[in-house]
Amino acid sequence: MDLTALDLSRIQFAFVITFHIIFPSFTIGLAAWLAVLEWRNQATGNPVYRKLFDFWVKIFAVSFGMGVVSGIVMAFQFGTNWSVLSEKTGSIQGPLLGYESFTAFILEATFLGVVLFGRNKVSPRAFLMACVLVALGTTLSSFWIMANNSWMQVPVGHAIDSSGRFVPTDWREIISGHVFLTRWLHMLLAAYLTTATVVAATGAWYTLKGLYKTTAKAMLIWGMGLMAVFTPIQMGFGHLAGEIIRDYQPGKFAAVEGRWESGTRAPLIVAAWPDNKAEKNSFEISIPVLGSVVDSGNPDSYQRGIKDVPADERAPFLVPFYGFRIMVGLSLLMLFIGWYGTWHNLRHSIERSRWFLHVTALSFPIGWICVLAGWYTAEVGRQPWVVTGLVRTSDAVTPSLTVNHALTSLILYVSVYLIIYSFGLRYIWNLFKKGPSNDGPNISEAV
Amino acid sequence: MSLESMSPWLPYFWAGLIAFSILVYIIVDGYDFGVAMLFATAKSDEERNTVIGAIAPFWDGNETWLIIVGACLFGAFPAIYAIFLSAFYLPVVLLLIGLIFRGVSFEFREQALKARGLWEWGFVIGSAVATIVQGAAIGTMIMGLPIQGTTYVGDGWDWLAPFPVMCGLGLVVGYSMLGAGWLILKTEGAVAKRARAQLRGLSVAFCVFVLAAFLVTQGVDLPVRHAWESAPLWHWIVPALGFVGLLGAFRTSRHDCSHERAPFAWCMLIIASAFGSLALSFWPYMMPYSLTIEQAAAPAISLQFMFWGASVMFPLVVFYFLRVYHMFSGKTDPVGYGLND
Repeated sequence: MDLTALDLSRIQFAFVITFHIIFPSFTIGLAAWLAVLEWRNQATGNPVYRKLFDFWVKIFAVSFGMGVVSGIVMAFQFGTNWSVLSEKTGSIQGPLLGYESFTAFILEATFLGVVLFGRNKVSPRAFLMACVLVALGTTLSSFWIMANNSWMQVPVGHAIDSSGRFVPTDWREIISGHVFLTRWLHMLLAAYLTTATVVAATGAWYTLKGLYKTTAKAMLIWGMGLMAVFTPIQMGFGHLAGEIIRDYQPGKFAAVEGRWESGTRAPLIVAAWPDNKAEKNSFEISIPVLGSVVDSGNPDSYQRGIKDVPADERAPFLVPFYGFRIMVGLSLLMLFIGWYGTWHNLRHSIERSRWFLHVTALSFPIGWICVLAGWYTAEVGRQPWVVTGLVRTSDAVTPSLTVNHALTSLILYVSVYLIIYSFGLRYIWNLFKKGPSNDGPNISEAV
Repeated sequence: MSLESMSPWLPYFWAGLIAFSILVYIIVDGYDFGVAMLFATAKSDEERNTVIGAIAPFWDGNETWLIIVGACLFGAFPAIYAIFLSAFYLPVVLLLIGLIFRGVSFEFREQALKARGLWEWGFVIGSAVATIVQGAAIGTMIMGLPIQGTTYVGDGWDWLAPFPVMCGLGLVVGYSMLGAGWLILKTEGAVAKRARAQLRGLSVAFCVFVLAAFLVTQGVDLPVRHAWESAPLWHWIVPALGFVGLLGAFRTSRHDCSHERAPFAWCMLIIASAFGSLALSFWPYMMPYSLTIEQAAAPAISLQFMFWGASVMFPLVVFYFLRVYHMFSGKTDPVGYGLND
């Protein structure tokens, strides 16, 4: 197989962004979690919050460092590998990323130093402020990134000039349209749920081992409580995000649904394997009529199938189809852990349900799996477009890029990431094993 | 203000803001890189903790200025962003990998048990590689990039010519001077004492580099020479200030001199003068000597949208950037292995 510079750039982008998103989706939530812990610490004076803070801040420091270094690669890849896209859409994407750097990045990066090294150098109030500003920074960062990505998914508020470049015409539409706001809150909640799941899983793991009783209990209560509240809200936003795809991205929607034929009383396809040549599923498990009900709330609603989309505008089938199902399936597991766990916590009976603690502890990665599955659905589903309906990914690659250069950078990134990630994950694992320090019996049980 | 009345000066506003951000970046991340390269000369774990502690609270905020430069360039001058990053494909990859190793080493070094050496060398070499490719990119820009319209048409190897590589090595010396000045300011004892001796040697080396670079630009017929030949006399004040800075850095870094702030201040003047001289020789080009600031600018509506945000946020950014430096004023604490146990 002869790989072109375009193929290699696609592989590199997918690789780099896959490894990058793991950390922001964790640290957006962790930053907010640390700010909450420090606030509770100062408001209640309960030492368990200080202990929780000191434990999670170390994990935050390592994760944040890895998020920063992999994020900086993202900021430059648009230009190195996708220079045609950068030049055409720079007047829209550039300002959004510019706003990210001077509202969000600099806020989180500057005050991170205070959070990590400044507790004894500044007043408690200033320290809490620094924690809040770091959390605000990570949140703002997601705001601009999602504005940018949402514009690529559903381009709005622009015109195209005579040389084929995009010119923004309505910034308000670009940064406060309903497509963007829905998708942003969906991502923000995904980040909070990722963190809440890891916090609950850590609490469950320590409880199973009989370690750090008070702090572990606080982690179970907070982690599961947050999951119980956020998961149903997240499912609501997920549904709204699905309606956006239905209305604006027919190619992606058809692939996610897995239906080839258009029509009313459409079935809901649970699992399938496509036969792209024959334009049908060679294997399929489906429930009649339910598809129309779920997608439009009406059994007689007309739903478009893949055949409705021109062959050169169809998204690949498998990744969006199964990515979506993995995401939905695991969110049900989150809902179960959140609700059942909170019910146990209210009755102070969670230590006795060891099977449930095992399930919770083993669920530590499901937040990340959901985030990745969701992003693969969104990004692969957008293909063959890089800007939906307007710019094809194949037309966006840097014209001067040679196969040798692209291959060299891909090999370098893969090897460096393998080294950095294997050590980084190892160090994070060690921090989890070490646990919160000095968990003595003198700590009050009140949480 | 209407878009029509703003559009003539908006490209210059953005070029100025980007130039300001580049200057801040090369000073603050310059001393990070310099400190990291001088880290190789620390003699014990204790000294290494002291050296790394001098930049640990600051490096992340400092590095962010590079992202500000990149993102503002993308927004205000997308053509330059596209040309620059496709022309410097491999150097940018090397820069990013250098930044990756530099960035993770702060936490990894502390967490590591057996692999500490890997992260310490990654810290030094990553910083050196990042410095060299930055210098090489400047050298290539001085020589001029092959461009047709707004598309880069070279083979991606322009940066590996002798003059760019020489500029890369020159920047190693320049950043090391900043690093030595910073160590004199933020540390005490053996580390600060050694930094003084290093700064003296580096000032001499930098002098030699500047003379060599000058001779090369005279020997090879580079367009930058014509820019200076037709320049008004006052332009020459800017490089002259750099020599004043070199003299100041040399004098105040003497071992028996008690100034702790002056060496770093003089080093900042040297770097600012070098940057100012380059900016003067490129003016009014954004991509020397093929695209002017006006030719390369994004549509006025994009520049205006960013202008409002920037005029609110930039003063704030500078304010809290300085605020954090103030919080950590005075000598820094050592950071690293064996301190918390």
